[in-house]
Amino acid sequence: MAANVLETLQQRIVPAAGAATPSHGCLVFRLAPEELVPAVRRMKEEFGYDLFLDVTAVDWPADALRFEVVHHFASTRQPLRVRLKTRVAEVDPSIDSLAGLYRSADFMERECHDMYGIVFRGNHDLRPILLYEGFAGHPLRKDYPKAREQPIVPYRN
Amino acid sequence: MDSPLPNPVRSIFGTPLREDSVIVNIGPSHPATHGTVQIIAELDGEKVLRTDVHCGYLHRGFEKECEDHTWHNLIPYVDRLNYVSALVNDFAYCDGVERLMGIEITPRCRYLRTLLSEYSRLVDHLTCVAAGLMEMGAMTAFLYLVMIRDYMYEHLAALTGARVTYTYGRIGGLARDLPDGWLVRLEEILVQYEEFVARVHALVDRNRIFIDRLRGVGTISTADALSFGCTGPILRSTGLARDLRKDAPYLAYAELDFDVPVGIAGDNYDRYFVRMREMDESVYMMRQLAQMLPEGPINVDDRRCTFPDKQLVYREIESLINHFKLVMDGPAVPAGEVYCSHEAPNGELGFYMVSTGSGTPWKVHVRSPSFVHMGAASRMLDGGQLADIVPTFGSINMIGGECDR
Repeated sequence: MAANVLETLQQRIVPAAGAATPSHGCLVFRLAPEELVPAVRRMKEEFGYDLFLDVTAVDWPADALRFEVVHHFASTRQPLRVRLKTRVAEVDPSIDSLAGLYRSADFMERECHDMYGIVFRGNHDLRPILLYEGFAGHPLRKDYPKAREQPIVPYRN
Repeated sequence: MDSPLPNPVRSIFGTPLREDSVIVNIGPSHPATHGTVQIIAELDGEKVLRTDVHCGYLHRGFEKECEDHTWHNLIPYVDRLNYVSALVNDFAYCDGVERLMGIEITPRCRYLRTLLSEYSRLVDHLTCVAAGLMEMGAMTAFLYLVMIRDYMYEHLAALTGARVTYTYGRIGGLARDLPDGWLVRLEEILVQYEEFVARVHALVDRNRIFIDRLRGVGTISTADALSFGCTGPILRSTGLARDLRKDAPYLAYAELDFDVPVGIAGDNYDRYFVRMREMDESVYMMRQLAQMLPEGPINVDDRRCTFPDKQLVYREIESLINHFKLVMDGPAVPAGEVYCSHEAPNGELGFYMVSTGSGTPWKVHVRSPSFVHMGAASRMLDGGQLADIVPTFGSINMIGGECDR
């Protein structure tokens, strides 16, 4: 059954993307930023991927498309998990938000925005969540030094 | 510094919806919330109209720090994510690294990790239920449960040497084997647990005050829970039997007999009951595991991650070099990426790790259930009473360490 699902997923989720690679129980697709939302919608509606687990990014400073945005999905109908990977450049690190499909996107995309500065188009609430207003920079970028100090938040009167 | 810094938290709503409503600030350091969290709530009298939940007060750069230490050195750090059930974090992290390295742990280690994962679940749920009851004034029930929890902490300290943050997992095994008589004492504690949990059931389950405070409060539907990314007891309390231990069995769960308790309404009462039933299932599993536990080594014999015997380090050069390289360079984890998830007491705990083949991770990201559940908190709090924020927030069981990382 798993092989069958794998084949269907490969053909139907991202028709344009190349072959998906299985990795430790996860099916990995690499896709272009504009394919993300249509692919996720198909996954959700046709394959029951109703749980949007996680979004984060990986910083590869040497690459032209510096940030790899990684989404993880699970389904209540099948055991196979899906990982979608999208590359965006440092000059315009923006990608469409999944906030219209999953409510969990609201919070998780805020964290990714905090840490890497990825802009999720369509998520209207990208206020800091783990960081605070006035924090300069994105701490999980590789060029953010670990020991950098931030201005101290003054006491409120 | 000339220009003043902005207020550290900017609420999503600045002006009240209505003329007669007020906006109040609860937390981040509020005596009735366990966990450092700030809730900005708009109130109509005592009714909560809308809330804006802020976390991050315990953010300490865990993921950044991970990129600067060897794979081994991270084990004490992951302990401090969910410090109520630190062992589950240990094992989930080690499992992820082992998958990257292609290591299969020894049978004894596999059963022991399963047993200790369930032990941790028991401790975590005891803490959550006890604190939730105490916040509603059930001091006796609180003391019963916390007394048992403390027996367990002491018992785990006898095994690991620490009371809360154990650092007990190792890549490819465990820190040490069980001390003599540990399983005997375990059974004694489990018998006491059963006695006192029965007393708590009798005190609380059909108590009018308790039911009035919890039934129909903090309700979330299955569809909403899924959309908000809820897992663990919150999702199961809505009636969906989704549990990684059954759906994608890891460790020794495929060999165990256990049920996945579910709720009906997805309210605070169901979350209380799901946790109570899960504890019983954990005890049932631990008894099975104590019977199944095989003899044998607890660490794999793999020089890439397992430290050589100390006597050999002193006596022969190969072991000395091996030890030195493991400490200085860290275990060589092949390049690749893995998303490894375990069913933690609060829900799906996932480690997404990227290795470039060195002794230090390129990236470690934690999918922490508490953080995702904080996104759903508003849904459970809005429309309720001000006083219900405390039990609802308690039943979500937000753990600051893993939420804020």
